[in-house]
This record gives sequence, structure tokens and C-alpha cells, in this order.
Amino acid sequence: MGMTITEKILAKATGKEKVVPGELINANIDVVLFIDVTGPPAVSMLAEKGMDKVFDKEKIVVTPDHFQPAKDIKSAELHKRLDEWARRHNIKYYYKIGRAGVCHALLPEQGHIRPGEVIIGPDSHTCTYGAFAAFGTGVGSTDLAAAIATGRLWFKVPASMRFILNGSLGPGVYSKDVILTVIARIGVDGALYRAMEFVGPTLAEMSMEARMTMTNMAIEAGGKNGIIGFDKETEQYLDEHLKDKTDYTIYESDEDAEYVRVEEFDCSIIEPMVALPHLPGNGVPISECAGKTMDQAYIGSCTNGRIEDLRIAAKILKGKQAAIRTIVVPATPTIWKQANDEGLFDIFYEAGCVIAAPTCGACLGGFMGVLAAGEKCVSTTNRNFIGRMGHPESQVFLASPATAAASAIEGKLEDPRKYL
Amino acid sequence: MGRAHVYKRDHTNTDEIIPARYLNTDDEAELAKHCLEDLDKDFVSKVRPGDIIVAGEDFGCGSSREHAVWAIRGAGVQAVIAKSFARIFYRNAINNGFYVIESPDGLEKINDGDELEIDYKAGVIKNITAGIDIKFNPLPDFALEIINNGGLLEHITKQQK
Repeated sequence: MGMTITEKILAKATGKEKVVPGELINANIDVVLFIDVTGPPAVSMLAEKGMDKVFDKEKIVVTPDHFQPAKDIKSAELHKRLDEWARRHNIKYYYKIGRAGVCHALLPEQGHIRPGEVIIGPDSHTCTYGAFAAFGTGVGSTDLAAAIATGRLWFKVPASMRFILNGSLGPGVYSKDVILTVIARIGVDGALYRAMEFVGPTLAEMSMEARMTMTNMAIEAGGKNGIIGFDKETEQYLDEHLKDKTDYTIYESDEDAEYVRVEEFDCSIIEPMVALPHLPGNGVPISECAGKTMDQAYIGSCTNGRIEDLRIAAKILKGKQAAIRTIVVPATPTIWKQANDEGLFDIFYEAGCVIAAPTCGACLGGFMGVLAAGEKCVSTTNRNFIGRMGHPESQVFLASPATAAASAIEGKLEDPRKYL
Repeated sequence: MGRAHVYKRDHTNTDEIIPARYLNTDDEAELAKHCLEDLDKDFVSKVRPGDIIVAGEDFGCGSSREHAVWAIRGAGVQAVIAKSFARIFYRNAINNGFYVIESPDGLEKINDGDELEIDYKAGVIKNITAGIDIKFNPLPDFALEIINNGGLLEHITKQQK
């Protein structure tokens, strides 16, 4: 019996030839992510237990992001604890405010994500890194504390599901529409405890940025990790982004690897999708929901706040006016600068959009675009749970940057293909 | 012994358990004041120490925020019984030494306000009000070991000694 790519990476991290689904392992961690909301509690736990040490100061990447720059006094205190700890332990990769950004956009961009490695982070969207043929998974603060101190964590090897993506995407249709289609089919717990392995010719036509949008939302189907195999596109991105450590190992799923479920999609017939409140699995084609009035459009986050996303939105907004509050949040300082250099900010400014500093901010109802009671927001983010972006009586409609931009112009949910 | 707070729904998520607007602190007592606020604003005034939350599938889905476990524990809840749990919440609970019970028929056999007694080792929920026993699969040994050691960090410390 062969192994899946996920099983191979976990076997290597455990120093074993083979692991099987359900097996409990104690894996070595290659990269540990540390952020502002969930990081400081881990530090406090370690101090409390007399374990205040780091296993490797070069394998931890620190960035404040959820509430950065500090949104209030309490979050300033979190940042202070983060800063004090990172300095005291002389953490090599510490992205201070000014270079800090939305972690899952920042780490690949700054060359911290390599194929074949195990990355854990105290944020559920750590599964994003699977786009690079790596194993990335989200954990809580206690797991983070254990990983910081020991460099190891216990895992149950997940069984794998295989998603075969066929066909070319039509104009105005993007990877966000594909992943919303996948989650609509299997449900928000359809991949509970599973590895979601994406394969097929559609992926070959996707950039690394587009692929990250897919693996980012694996958690929205309950997945432990999302993963995509290595190809030329991956190699090119890594050539451009890896810095200090440039070697990596490429793993591929065996032909006879075992999958608990296989789902096939004809991506050529996928329409722009919108996930209706209050679950990411409530995806419907735009034709079924166009015309619903909105109060805000939000373009940003670890799902869709990268340069390619901003370019897509800008192309549609160019020379147009946003009819509703429209908030654009480049996910990292590099993306911010790139958008500025490319003249995208001029387009957003002329269209009447707000351009914010890199932050997770309003995606989780933190700040920089929080919703009032009864308000509706079309958003390029990943979750639309009750109260996710603000008041418990507000509503979030998940969509691609193109659909969000077209909807911003109309003030209601709109098919982006109208503006191509 | 504790009373059941029954939520007959699936996918009770971390945004409902503790909204992100309160994540600017990790103080358990402070978080507890807002436990389940967006789902049931009366929960914190109703809950008493030792009570038990009962829910459907995929409890705790969404964010990795351990604050969700801290808010529930801080509110005095002794355990959550659900048809299934989201992965990260389940991990976080065990790592904190907090009991999570997977019970396929708990939701059908427990009504809001029922008095329950849980034998964690034997895998039995005694519904005293209804006069029935509900069996469940006890947690796997490694998870029980972590819980019995008081959480993951204590467990690691003990192993290293």
C-alpha cells in the first residue's frame, strides 16, 4: 500500500519509514508561527510552568497581525508581551510593526514555507501552507507552547480525501469560487480530521496565490490540512522567495495511496460563488443571489488579500465608483507597497475605497471595518459565522475579490462577469 | 453532578463561543463573562459550577482560539457533550485537561435542565432526571493521560522527569 503526500511528510517528521491514518505520532516541527492573539497566552503558560525556553530561535516566525497596529489598550498589552518575549529570546524572524502582516500571506512571501516541512501555527488557517506541498495545521496556545519549548507535537495521522479538479476556469471565476464549490458539496465538517489533497489539471493553471486561497479554506470544511503537490509554479515561486534556507524535499502521493473519499469537479462549469450567512458551506452561484443589497465590501485577509487579489479587484473598480463602504486591506507591507507602485491605490482612491494597513482586523470583527446590527457585507474572507465581522445581527457573504468589487460598485451582490 | 444546557444545533463555532471582540485578553474570568454571548445571551447568568453543555455535530468549529475552551471552563462548565467535535477545539480541550465527550445519542436523550452525572472512566452519562444511562466511548488512553496529568504542558514535564 502506498502513501499520500501528507503521510510521507509526517513519516519523515517522525523519523519513520511509514505512518498510517489514525496512528499517533510525535512529530518534529520545522516552522512555528507566533501571532498576537494566541501567542502571548502560550508565553505566559511557559513562564508559569517554569518552561520559559525556545527549542530553536531560528525556527520560530513572529508577527503581530490580528489586532495590529494595536486597536485598543488590551491588544497593545498583548503586543507588548509578544515584543518582550521575542526580544528576550532573540527570535531571528520577528516582523515588527511596519514589516508585520497577515501571517499566512507573510510567511510564504518572506520565504519561510518550504515543501516537505511541518509548520504549525496558533491560527486555524495555518493549513494555507499546504499549497507548497508542505504540512501546515492550526493549533491552540497550549500546543504552541509545547512546540516552542520542545520543537515537537503529538498528531493523529489524518486519513486523506482526494479532490480532482478538471477543466479550465471561465472568465471571472477564480480559485475562491472553486473552494466555495468544494465546501458547498461536502459541508463544513465534510473533511473533519482529514487531509484535503487537491489534484488535477485546473490547479496547473492556478498561480501560487490562487492555490493558497484553496488550501487556506480547508479548515472551513473541518480539514486538518489542505495540500497541493509540487510543480513548476511552486518551484518558480520558491526560487523568487526563499532566502536563508533554500533546500527542501519534494514528496508526492503514490499511485496506490489510499483515500477515504474521492470527489471530482468539472471546474469549467463553476460560476462565481457566494457563501450565504452563516456558514462557509452555504455557497450558491451568483445567479441565485444577485441583487441582494449590501452595506459594505471588504477586500483583504489571508484568503484573498494578496497582490493578485488586489489587481483583480482594481481591474473591475477602475474608473467606477463604489456605491457602498469598500475597505481594501493589503495583507502585508510588501503587497501594500506593490499595490501602491502599480497604481492600484489610485484606482481604489478614485473609486472611493478606504485603504488600510495590513491587518486581520475586520475579518474576525476586530477593527477596521466592523459591522453594525442588521448590516450586510460582501467579503473576500473565509468565515461568515454569526457575529464574525461584528454585531451578532450582521451578515457576511463570502465571495471572490472580483465578486466583491462588482458588488461594491452596484451596492448589491453582482456577477463580476458583467465588468470584464 | 451538573445541569444540562442543551443546544439542538450543529456547528456551534468558536465565534459564537467567544466572539473575537473579546480576544484582546486571555484572562479566563473575563472571557467567561462573554461565553456563548452571541448564541445565548442568558447563558452566563444561567450557568452554575459543574454544569454541562450538550450540542450536535462539529462543536467548536472555526478558529484555533483556545479562548473558547477557557471561556467555557471559566464559566464553570465541567464538560461538553456533543455528537462530534471540530479538531482544534477537541485538541485544545484535552491539552487543557478539560473533558469533551463524543456521544451520538446524547442530544436526543438529554433535555435542557436535566441533571447529569458523568463517569468519565466507565464512559457513562447518568441522566438522573430521565432515569437513564447513556453510554459513550471513553477518551483514548493518551488523551486521558494528558487530562489526568492536568494538561499537555504538565504531561510533557512529567514525561521529561
